[in-house]
Amino acid sequence: MSQALETPTRPAIDLLGALKSGALAAIVAFGLFSLLIGVRTDQGPTGALEIEPRLVAFGVICAVAFVGGFARALLAGERLDVASYVPEQIKAAAAHIGRYFGLALLAFAVIEPIVFYHNRYILDLGILVLTYVMLGWGLNIVVGLAGLLDLGYVAFYAVGAYSYALLATTFGWSFWICLPIAGFLAACWGVMLGFPVLRLRGDYLAIVTLAFGEIIRLVLLNWQSLTGGPNGISGIPRPSFFGIPFADEENGFAATFGLEYSATHRVVFLYYLILALALLTNWVTLRLRRLPIGRAWEALREDEIACRSLGINTTTTKLTAFAMGAMFGGIAGSFFATRQGFISPESFTFSESALVLAIVVLGGMGSQLGVAVAAFAMLGAFELFREFSQYRMLVFGIAMVLIMIWRPRGLVATRTPSVFLGKPKEVPAEVVAEARQ
Amino acid sequence: MSAPDDPILTVEHLSMRFGGLVAVDDLSFSAQRGHITALIGPNGAGKTTVFNCITGFYHPSVGMVRLAHADGTTYLLERLLDFRIAKLARVARTFQNIRLFAGMTVLENLLVAQHNPLMRASGLTVLGLLGLPIYGHAEAAAIDKAKYWLDRVGLLRRADDPAGDLPYGEQRRIEIARAMCTDPVLLCLDEPAAGLNPRESAELNELLLGMRADHKTSILLIEHDMSVVMGISDRVVVLDYGVKIFDGTAADVRNDPKVIAAYLGVEDEEVEQVEAEVGL
Amino acid sequence: MEYFCQQLINGLTLGSIYGLIAIGYTMVYGIIGMINFAHGDIFMVGAFIALIAFLVLVALGVTAIPLALFLVLLIAMAISALYGQVVERIAYRPLRHSFRLAPLISAIGMSIILQNYVQVVQGARVKPLPPLITGGYTLLESESFPVQVSNVQIIIVVTTVVLMAIFSWLVANTRLGRDMRACEQDLKMAALVGVDTDRTISLTFVVGAALAAVAGLMYLLYYGVIDFFIGFVAGVKAFTAAVLGGIGSLPGAMLGGLMIGLIETFWSAYFSIEYKDVAAFSVLVVVLIFLPTGILGRPEIEKV
Repeated sequence: MSQALETPTRPAIDLLGALKSGALAAIVAFGLFSLLIGVRTDQGPTGALEIEPRLVAFGVICAVAFVGGFARALLAGERLDVASYVPEQIKAAAAHIGRYFGLALLAFAVIEPIVFYHNRYILDLGILVLTYVMLGWGLNIVVGLAGLLDLGYVAFYAVGAYSYALLATTFGWSFWICLPIAGFLAACWGVMLGFPVLRLRGDYLAIVTLAFGEIIRLVLLNWQSLTGGPNGISGIPRPSFFGIPFADEENGFAATFGLEYSATHRVVFLYYLILALALLTNWVTLRLRRLPIGRAWEALREDEIACRSLGINTTTTKLTAFAMGAMFGGIAGSFFATRQGFISPESFTFSESALVLAIVVLGGMGSQLGVAVAAFAMLGAFELFREFSQYRMLVFGIAMVLIMIWRPRGLVATRTPSVFLGKPKEVPAEVVAEARQ
Repeated sequence: MSAPDDPILTVEHLSMRFGGLVAVDDLSFSAQRGHITALIGPNGAGKTTVFNCITGFYHPSVGMVRLAHADGTTYLLERLLDFRIAKLARVARTFQNIRLFAGMTVLENLLVAQHNPLMRASGLTVLGLLGLPIYGHAEAAAIDKAKYWLDRVGLLRRADDPAGDLPYGEQRRIEIARAMCTDPVLLCLDEPAAGLNPRESAELNELLLGMRADHKTSILLIEHDMSVVMGISDRVVVLDYGVKIFDGTAADVRNDPKVIAAYLGVEDEEVEQVEAEVGL
Repeated sequence: MEYFCQQLINGLTLGSIYGLIAIGYTMVYGIIGMINFAHGDIFMVGAFIALIAFLVLVALGVTAIPLALFLVLLIAMAISALYGQVVERIAYRPLRHSFRLAPLISAIGMSIILQNYVQVVQGARVKPLPPLITGGYTLLESESFPVQVSNVQIIIVVTTVVLMAIFSWLVANTRLGRDMRACEQDLKMAALVGVDTDRTISLTFVVGAALAAVAGLMYLLYYGVIDFFIGFVAGVKAFTAAVLGGIGSLPGAMLGGLMIGLIETFWSAYFSIEYKDVAAFSVLVVVLIFLPTGILGRPEIEKV
C-alpha cells in the first residue's frame, strides 16, 4: 500500500513571483474589462446611447484578478488533488455504495410525488428533471455510446413535439397513438439527417448537426401556415388517464376513483408518465449495450477503421444510433408538448442542445447513472439560481469550461464491460480511446 | 512444390498513385490457397499500400484484385467496399499500428469481430431485445469461439482485461485472434512480428503454421523479421519502390542480387563484391 | 439589372466582413484541427469594444471622426486580441491533448460565457449608433433603381483588401508566418525542429481575434446596431465561408466569405428575407457533404 508521497521540501515562498503574477493578472483584467465593465451603455431618453462609468465594479474585478493571480502563483507547487486526502477505507466504502446508488436514486424518483404531493413546485421540477434525464439518455446513445458528436439534438425534440401537436390538434387522436407516431417520425428524421452527414468526422459532424438544428428551428419559426410561426401551436390536448379525463366532472379521474378533485392528479400522472418513458429509454439502452449493435456502437467510438476491417457496416451502425437517439428525443418532445399544452420555436434553441450535450459529457463515458446524476445536478443548480436568471447562463458556461478542464471524462470515469468470463473489471477512462481516425 | 495452381488471391497490374507519387507500380502476383505468402521489401516500398488496396481502404488507381473461394465464387476486391471485403469475401487483416478497441475488454474485442453472425441471430436486434433464446445460444457460441482463439494465442487468462492494458506483444496476438474470429479464408497480417523478441517470433511462427494446418487459412503477410519470413513462407514477393523485384520461394530470395541490392542499397556492379564479403 | 448590381455591391461588402471572421476560423482549424466555437463571439465582443471605445472617445472630446475611428480600430484590435489570447489559454490549451470532444465542449462553454457576459454587463437590449460615415457615390443613374455605393461600403472593402494584403505578406514572408505554416503542416515535427508551438498557436488565435475585431467595427459602421447575439449567426456563416473556401487556406477564407455574402444578399433580394439564414446554413450542409475540402483546399489522404 502506497502512502501519500512525502512532500519534498518546498523552496521559500516566492512572494515576489506571486506578486508579479498577481500584477500580470490585474493588467490582463484591466485590458479585458476596462471598456466592457468599466463603462455601461444604455439607451437614453432620445434613443441614442449614453455612457456611464462603472468604476467600482471595474476596480473590484481588477482587484479580484490580482488576488487570484497571486494565490494561484503561491499554490503553483501544490496540485490540489482532493482525492489523495481521502483515506482508502472511505474510498472503498464509497465505491461499494456506488453500486446501490442507482437503485436508491430510482427509489427516490418513484416515491417523490408521494412525499412531495402538496408541493407543486417540487413536482414540476421533478418532471422537468426527468424530461432532461430522458433527453440525456437519448443523446447518450449517439454521443456516449457511438461517439458521434451531435450538436443539434434539439431538432429531434422539436420534431417530436411538433408532430405530436399537429397530430393531436388536427386529428384529435389520443396521446397513446400520437406518441409512437411522433417517435417514429423523429426516427425517420434522424435517418434522413444522418444519412448524408455520417461520414463526416468529429468537429465537422458537430457543426453540421448544429446547422440542421438551426435550420429546423428557423423553418418552424417561419412556416406560419403549418407551425403557427412564432406563436406556435396551442391548445394541445392534455393527457388523460387511459381515456379518463383529469377533469372536475362526473366521469373524470377523481370521480371515477372516488377521490376529491385536485389539479395535482394530472401532474402526478405526468410525473409517472415521464418516469416510465425515461426508464424505458434506460432499459432499451442497457439491453442494446449487451447486443451486437450496442457493442458495435462502442467499437465505432473507439476505432472506426478497425470496425470496417471486421466487416461491420459502419454507415448503418451510425444511422441506427442516430435513429434511436432521435426516436427517444422525439418521444420526449411529445411528452413536452402534452405537458405544456403549448409549444413554440423558442423552446427549441441551440442552448437546449448544448445543455443536453453538457449533461451527457458531464455524466461521462456513456454511463446511464452518470447522465441521470448530471441532469439532476445541472437542472437543480439552474433552479437554485432562479433568482439570478441573468447570471444563470453565464455560470453554466463557466461550469462547462471548468468541468472540461478539471474532469473532462465526466462524473463516472469508468466503463463497465458488457460481457465477461470471470469478474467484470471496470475500464478506466484514460484507456478508452476517443474516435481514433 | 508441384501442387496444382490454385490461387486464392490474384493481383494483376495493380498501381496506386497519390497525386504525383506512384506508391505501387504495375504489381502482379498471386497467393496460393493454403499457402503463407510473404510480402517484403525495404521501408517505403509500398507494402502496406498494397494491403490497403487489397482490403479496400484505398481505391487502386489501376488494376484488378481477385479473390477466389474454394467453392469457385470470386470477388473483385478493387470494386468492393472495405467492410464488404471483410464480410463477403472473408478477407481479414491486422494493422501495422495495432488497432484494438483499447477501452473494451479482450473478450469484447473478439465478440465485436463476430458482429455479423450475431446480428443475424439477434434478428437485427429485435429478437435479441425481446430476450429470445435463439440469440442467447448464438452469443454463447460466439463466446466459445472467442475462448478458443484466445486459448490458441495463449491469452485466455486476459479475457476480461481492457485491451489497452496489455503489453505490446500480447496486443498483437489479440489482434490476430480477433481477425480469426471472423472466419476468414485469407488473413492479411501487417508486420505481425514487429516488436517481438526471438522467442515470441518463434511462437508466432507456430501459431501461423497451426492456423494454416488446422483451419486451412491462407495467409498473406508483410514482414521485416527474416526469421519469420524464412521460417514459414511458402512464397516470397519482394517490393522495392513500389515495383516487384522478386517472386519465388524463400530459399531463392536470399540469393537474388536484386533483393540484396534493394536492402543494402549498392550498385549492381558491387553486388558480387558484397556477396563475397557477407559470405554468400 | 440595376437591382442586380446593387445587390452585388451589397453582397461583396457583407462578404468582406464574413471573410475577415472566416480567416480566424480557418487559421485555427488549420493549425490545431479544432473549430473555435467562440470565435464568432470574439467578433461580437470586438464590435462592442469598438462601440464603447468610440463613445468614450467622443465623451473625451475627440470629435474628428476619422481620427476617432482609427483609434477605435486600434483599441478594438488590441483588446480583442487580448480576449483571443485569454480564451485560448484558459479554455483550449489545457485540453490540447485531451479527447476530441473536450475542446469542443469547452469552446461551446466559452461561447456561452462571452455571450452572457456581454449580456450581463451591457444589458440585453440592442445598441444603436447613428451612422458615422455618410454619403456615397452613384454609379449608375436610373429612374427605377440607381446603383449606389456608399462610403461605408468603400471603406469596408478597402480595409479588408489592405488587411488581407498585410496578412498574406505576413504569412509568406515573416518568421511568424513560416512558423504558422510549419505548425499547420505537422505540429509535432515543427516542435521538434524548434518552433515554439505554444506561442505560434497563441499568436494564431490573437491574429484571428484582431481581424474579427475589425470585422466587428465594420459591422457596427455598416448596420449601425449590435447586440450580444450577433456572434452566433455570423460565426456559423463565417465558418461556412471558411469551409466553402477550403479550410486551412487564407485566400479560400476570403473567397468563401465573399461567396457567402453574395449568396445571402441575393437570396434575401430575390427570394425571401426570412429564410436567409436557412440559406446560409444549408450551404454549410451542402458543402460539407459534397465538397468537404472546399474550393481551394487540399484533399486529405487518410493514413490507415
